Amino acid sequence: MYESLLNLPAGPFAEFERLQRELQQVFGNVGRPGSIRAVASGAFPAINVGSTPEAVIIYAFAPGIDPAKLDVQVDRGVLTISGERASARPEGSEALSVYANERHTGRFRRTVSLSDDTDPSRVEAVYRDGVLRISVARRASMLPRRIQIQ
Amino acid sequence: MNERQANPDTERKAQTLVLVPRVDVFEDVGGITLVADMAGVPKELLELHVEGDTLRLEGEIAADAPDKLEAVYAEVQHSRYRRAFALSPELDTSRIEAQFRDGVLNLRIPKHAHAQPRKIEVTVA
Repeated sequence: MYESLLNLPAGPFAEFERLQRELQQVFGNVGRPGSIRAVASGAFPAINVGSTPEAVIIYAFAPGIDPAKLDVQVDRGVLTISGERASARPEGSEALSVYANERHTGRFRRTVSLSDDTDPSRVEAVYRDGVLRISVARRASMLPRRIQIQ
Repeated sequence: MNERQANPDTERKAQTLVLVPRVDVFEDVGGITLVADMAGVPKELLELHVEGDTLRLEGEIAADAPDKLEAVYAEVQHSRYRRAFALSPELDTSRIEAQFRDGVLNLRIPKHAHAQPRKIEVTVA
């Protein structure tokens, strides 16, 4: 809630967010231990993680990317999503004014650490409407099961 | 106040927290190009409105979540995008072209023909 308010590019906190970012660069993230892979708010792509009894599902909000240029890798329990997004700036146009440039362009890379009960050999990734949905199955031996009483 | 009571729907909408799509806006001699990131919105849930001189973009993220999905971590915490822009009178809102692909909206708003730049000859009296 707090973070998402700060994330609005044109929201009332946009200027505050810039200030906060600058302060973080000067003083570091003092006194707030987070994940070792924590990133500043507003990183691209935004990621949601959900969990079901059968799988861990990662949603990466990465619109406007050629799926062939998306790279998803799992290495030692760390899932990495990387790729590149081209600029939307029209080319070869003289007298071009830029009024807003909020969208991410260029290379990006984000990582998510997976829990131990996931099976890195069973990963499915689907890209639709600008969202990359990665489903990592849990190991069958870790699934809850009922134990028969003799 | 009366106006608000008359339209509870807009009031309710205004209270819902929304995501503000990130945009790029470029202007060249022929018009304005607006590019907006609206990831997760299928084409049928995207709405574009022009009312007077206001352009409004709205879209709903389609839930693609299986049952029993439990959120572990969320950077995107709302399911609706909304953002409005004030247009200036030289823009021709009747000829807006929109393309929507992979969650990116591409809008081209041309200028009225009479607003296109033309060179003014300076004559010496």
